[in-house]
Amino acid sequence: MKDQPAPHDLDGNPVTPGLPMAMLAEITHRCPLACPYCSNPVELTRAAQELPAEDWGRVFREAAELGVLQVHISGGEPGARRDLAQIVGHARDAGLYVNLITSGIGITRDRLQELDRAGVDHVQLSLQGIRPDMADRISGHPGSWDKKMGFADWVTQIGFPLTINAVVHRQNMERLPDMIALAERLGARRIEVATVQFHGWADLNRAALMPTRDQAGFARQVVNDARLRLRGRMVIDYVPADHHAVYPKACMGGWGSTGLNVAPDGSVLPCHAAQSIGWMRFDNVRDRSLGEIWHHSDAFNAFRGTEWMAEPCRSCERKTVDFGGCRCQAMALAGDARATDPVCSKSPLHAQVVARAEQDAGADRTEFVYRRMKKGG
Amino acid sequence: MTAAPLIAPEDVPYLPRGVRLQDDRVRGIRVLQAPERAMQLDAIGDAILSELDGKRSLDSIAAALAARYHAPVEQIAGDIRDFLTGLIERRMVFVKDAP
Repeated sequence: MKDQPAPHDLDGNPVTPGLPMAMLAEITHRCPLACPYCSNPVELTRAAQELPAEDWGRVFREAAELGVLQVHISGGEPGARRDLAQIVGHARDAGLYVNLITSGIGITRDRLQELDRAGVDHVQLSLQGIRPDMADRISGHPGSWDKKMGFADWVTQIGFPLTINAVVHRQNMERLPDMIALAERLGARRIEVATVQFHGWADLNRAALMPTRDQAGFARQVVNDARLRLRGRMVIDYVPADHHAVYPKACMGGWGSTGLNVAPDGSVLPCHAAQSIGWMRFDNVRDRSLGEIWHHSDAFNAFRGTEWMAEPCRSCERKTVDFGGCRCQAMALAGDARATDPVCSKSPLHAQVVARAEQDAGADRTEFVYRRMKKGG
Repeated sequence: MTAAPLIAPEDVPYLPRGVRLQDDRVRGIRVLQAPERAMQLDAIGDAILSELDGKRSLDSIAAALAARYHAPVEQIAGDIRDFLTGLIERRMVFVKDAP
């Protein structure tokens, strides 16, 4: 490898990259579902641009050499790729722990057994709602509920550990107790209760999805009660509604600190929403090794450390706790990726953000802009 | 202060499917890999988890480790119980009744 300049943030301050623990491998953007809060970018990558399985094999080996222990194989729907089992096999061969993040739609029982043989360690199944009416409407896919429930049975019959990922928002938050009960009934070891994060598609649907303050409080109470009741039986991870919080979330545990995301076309991102920072340029595993990108790409180094921060973060005692919050949210809400995340109560924009959240939460809109690929191409 | 234990002396602890002990060669440490979690282990944690064979009870594992490390068995049993309770809470260790 040729000599590289020492890593520095976007202001030229020296930074010290650590080592990543986990990698999100978004192997495709294709998906049979159309959830209006999808975390994929609004500009979706087409099948022709997807990285071939052999390239994923190389990326997994480079990831393992770099210190990555776990890969989350996701999408889109990873099952939309016919070579999914091959990709899983490459990840296991590289020594990685393989989490499969799926909607459960389009993976037959036979294929799930093939994925078992290929070495999937754990399955995370998404849940859009409870019962067909709600789940099918939110996912934009008639029949999704029945297929999911069938899939969940196969997962437990084969013996995979199961996590349920329940995304909650204004239109389904009242049913959170039922979602937790369902996860219990399915034998899940964990449930992730994730409040919609308002980036990309979800931002287009703010008026239909934004929870009310009362709902956010209700969800917190439900989670706290369930944690006590289910101690030792099921783990509950909770991503709260940060528009209603005092401090922002520590996004990614700090930019470029422990995780990285490889997009379907091989672009390497510090987080899955990073492409919403329009000026940022991302390296691709087709051009550079993952290790080189991790240590030397401008995108990863841009917001490492704390020197890049402006006030009120710079003098804040929480700057190494939440790292100024989410860079993508700062971009979306403040128009500046270096700004304090405006959901923070110390941000000068906070009152404005809260007022807008309250307004969206009070909207009577229920219809969605569904996540779909543009026609043609 | 300490939460109620989730394992009794005669219970048999084991690593369920999807949880495994592994070397982290890059960092030179031992880790416990579990669904969407990788946990760094110190020497004591590694020693305890390496004893989990799905056959022996907490008591019998405590006796083995007490003999190996020349430590009082009650103290070792308490340490193991607290350590495993934390992992049982996280669903990284399962427990079955004595055979």
